[in-house]
Amino acid sequence: MTEVLLDSLPKFATMLQMLVGFFAIIGILIFAVGLIRGRAQRPLAIIVLLGPSLLLVTVGLVFPAIRTIILSFKNSSSTDWVGFDNYGFIFTNPGQQRVLLNTLCWIIIAPIISTALGLVLSVIADQMKGKAEAIAKSLIFLPMAISFVGASVIWNLVYAYRDPQYEQTGLFSQMVMWFGVDNPPNWILMEPWNNFFLMMIMIWVETGFALVVLSASIKAIPKDVMEAATLDGASGPRQFVFVTVPMIRGTLIVVYTTILIAVLKVFDIVQTMTGGNFNTSVVANEMYNQTFVQFNVGRGSALAVVLFVAVIPLIYYNIRQLRRERSER
Amino acid sequence: MRRSHKTTVAVLASLALVGSVAGCSGGDDGGDDATTAASEATMSAECAAYQDYAGHSGTTVDVYGSILSPESDSMETAWKEFEECTGIDIVYTGDNSFESQLPIRAQGGTPPDIAVIPQPGLIQRMATLATGTKAVPAPDEVKANIEANYSSSWVDYATVDGEFYGGPNSANMKTMVWYSPTAFAAAGYAIPTTWEEMMTLSDTIAATGKKPWCGGIGSGTATGWPATDWVEELVLSAKGGDVYDKWVAGDIKFNSPEINDVMNILDGWMRNPNYVNGGFGDVATIATTTFQDAGLPILSGECFMLQQAGFYGAQWPEGTKVDPDGGDVAAFYLPPYDASTGKPVIGGGEFFVAFNDRPEVQAVQIYFSTPEWPEARIPVATGWVSANKAVDQSLYTDPIDKLSAQYLTDPEALFRFDGSDLMPAAVGSGAEWTALTNWFNGTSTEETLAAIDAAWPTD
Repeated sequence: MTEVLLDSLPKFATMLQMLVGFFAIIGILIFAVGLIRGRAQRPLAIIVLLGPSLLLVTVGLVFPAIRTIILSFKNSSSTDWVGFDNYGFIFTNPGQQRVLLNTLCWIIIAPIISTALGLVLSVIADQMKGKAEAIAKSLIFLPMAISFVGASVIWNLVYAYRDPQYEQTGLFSQMVMWFGVDNPPNWILMEPWNNFFLMMIMIWVETGFALVVLSASIKAIPKDVMEAATLDGASGPRQFVFVTVPMIRGTLIVVYTTILIAVLKVFDIVQTMTGGNFNTSVVANEMYNQTFVQFNVGRGSALAVVLFVAVIPLIYYNIRQLRRERSER
Repeated sequence: MRRSHKTTVAVLASLALVGSVAGCSGGDDGGDDATTAASEATMSAECAAYQDYAGHSGTTVDVYGSILSPESDSMETAWKEFEECTGIDIVYTGDNSFESQLPIRAQGGTPPDIAVIPQPGLIQRMATLATGTKAVPAPDEVKANIEANYSSSWVDYATVDGEFYGGPNSANMKTMVWYSPTAFAAAGYAIPTTWEEMMTLSDTIAATGKKPWCGGIGSGTATGWPATDWVEELVLSAKGGDVYDKWVAGDIKFNSPEINDVMNILDGWMRNPNYVNGGFGDVATIATTTFQDAGLPILSGECFMLQQAGFYGAQWPEGTKVDPDGGDVAAFYLPPYDASTGKPVIGGGEFFVAFNDRPEVQAVQIYFSTPEWPEARIPVATGWVSANKAVDQSLYTDPIDKLSAQYLTDPEALFRFDGSDLMPAAVGSGAEWTALTNWFNGTSTEETLAAIDAAWPTD
């Protein structure tokens, strides 16, 4: 153990040196720019402060995005132009249409249920007394700390199927059998419900996130507003619908869109649970499959572009919402 | 208190600086002193065997592959003596996304000196890259060594447009069936040596109310690959090497009389509700069971046989005794469907392919092509088999390694490389996996074969 630590000491030292060097250079630059007075000051400051991040965004984000778009118009080995063939494949091949449909189902169902569950739970938690609230919230938030792959491995065991004649290993099957069903189905093969079983994992993870964020914003609602509502005679449910929800509307939308974007990118769950088989594939999983398993770079890139285009309006909406929130305060 | 804290920080910082200077001064671990001095001239007695590779002292060859620790540790132990005697430092990097990273590195012009490529298809891609640094053909000595000691198909799989690119590293054999010697002995079953015997045995077991076979093809993105192995075993052993080669090349379609025939045989075996799926349930559970779990019911007596490659040995729980004489598990050679095809053997392996023809790289390549390399590697750890016929068979200690080596080096064996690795990726790593997975979930044979044919690239 100590040997491993000693061996890696130089690495940490190099890292430290690089960090110190980085901050030293930035510090000197900012200091130098600070010395300059007059007309050059403002443009120079903009270049110095914005330049590095602009450069990194260009190299790490803009350039790869442009390259991906270019590759999506080329064939599997990127040697010839094929026009819109790859996009044609995505929108006309029955298997790919199924992938798009599945993704659409994910987008519609998973974020709404996660957010709604999170909202209901946060209201319930808000009514709890003392330690109970903290414990309940921690327990629900816990799955958030597990990676999607880890969560999928756990749920794989939940959905595991064995013929009733053998000892059951699947929690779900065993529970159903306790309730008197003699022959539980092989859950993962139940189309189209298997898609929903996979979404359960996402919901399980994301509900905790929604709960914590929404709970904080419910707590931030001024007491007098709630008191006024009570005095006006608004009962629990009416208070929730007409006071609580409108008061946290902004946060609700941010939570919803954040989960939505996570859902659009969902890949780990599908890959771990089914590998995209049994009609459960989604765009991100198909993109990986086409690019890194079947080595069809053209189709993989086209799928990436489809995903990218689908995310743009969401991101735009999310940012606008965040800005509005900020300007309101 | 505050003072002492400051001192600690200062000491730590200076230590870190010293450490980093040492770290930057280059990572040689004292390998080049006594031994390398001798390498230019004649080597010392214990290094005499490496005389042919002398003259490259102080050089470095970087090797890149998909083999990960602990297997790669055994490999590095095995070539340590070569490194010490020749002074060539072989630096190995294992990467579990090797297959997608290698093309990226080669296209970017920074390939490794030698790549350990597990798929002939990837050798072809590396040899015909349009941009970047291509693979270079192997030196003539390597070709001569491989031609002398390996069956000719190994040479063919590493040949692209008439140029030979590299010799094999390890080989694995897939044509085997795992079973429990204890369970067989207790029930009085004998190991079948013909296809008919195997089917009779299956019927006998099925009559007792148990399922003779178990299987699982789940494997994440690669779900379906074990099913492609079953098809390949049957194409080779029912139709012969000629049909196999044409099928792999795409000259015989999936939806052809030959492959339809093969699918019917497989239908009566691994899709037979009386035969499968021991320990799991109905036929469809083959699609949802991971290949890792597939054989475990053999240990609990709920299943009797599993067709799976030799490397399945790594999946048994710790403490499982692998021994044909009264062990918990062992394997027998999967009998051919049609005995007139000879001794069909399906397997795989990795090839050493160089991207550089520096003399030290070639020296390492030549060393890897000699029987001395497998003979250095085999004693280090079990689970590694060479198809080199000149290798001393008594070096193998594990019964599965022995069985694999016996068939892989048998001059009469009809060896073929795993077909799905040879087909275009859209088929062999795409449609064939998906379609066969669906086949076990109830899709008709006709629809399955048509779906695979439709994915075959047209350009």
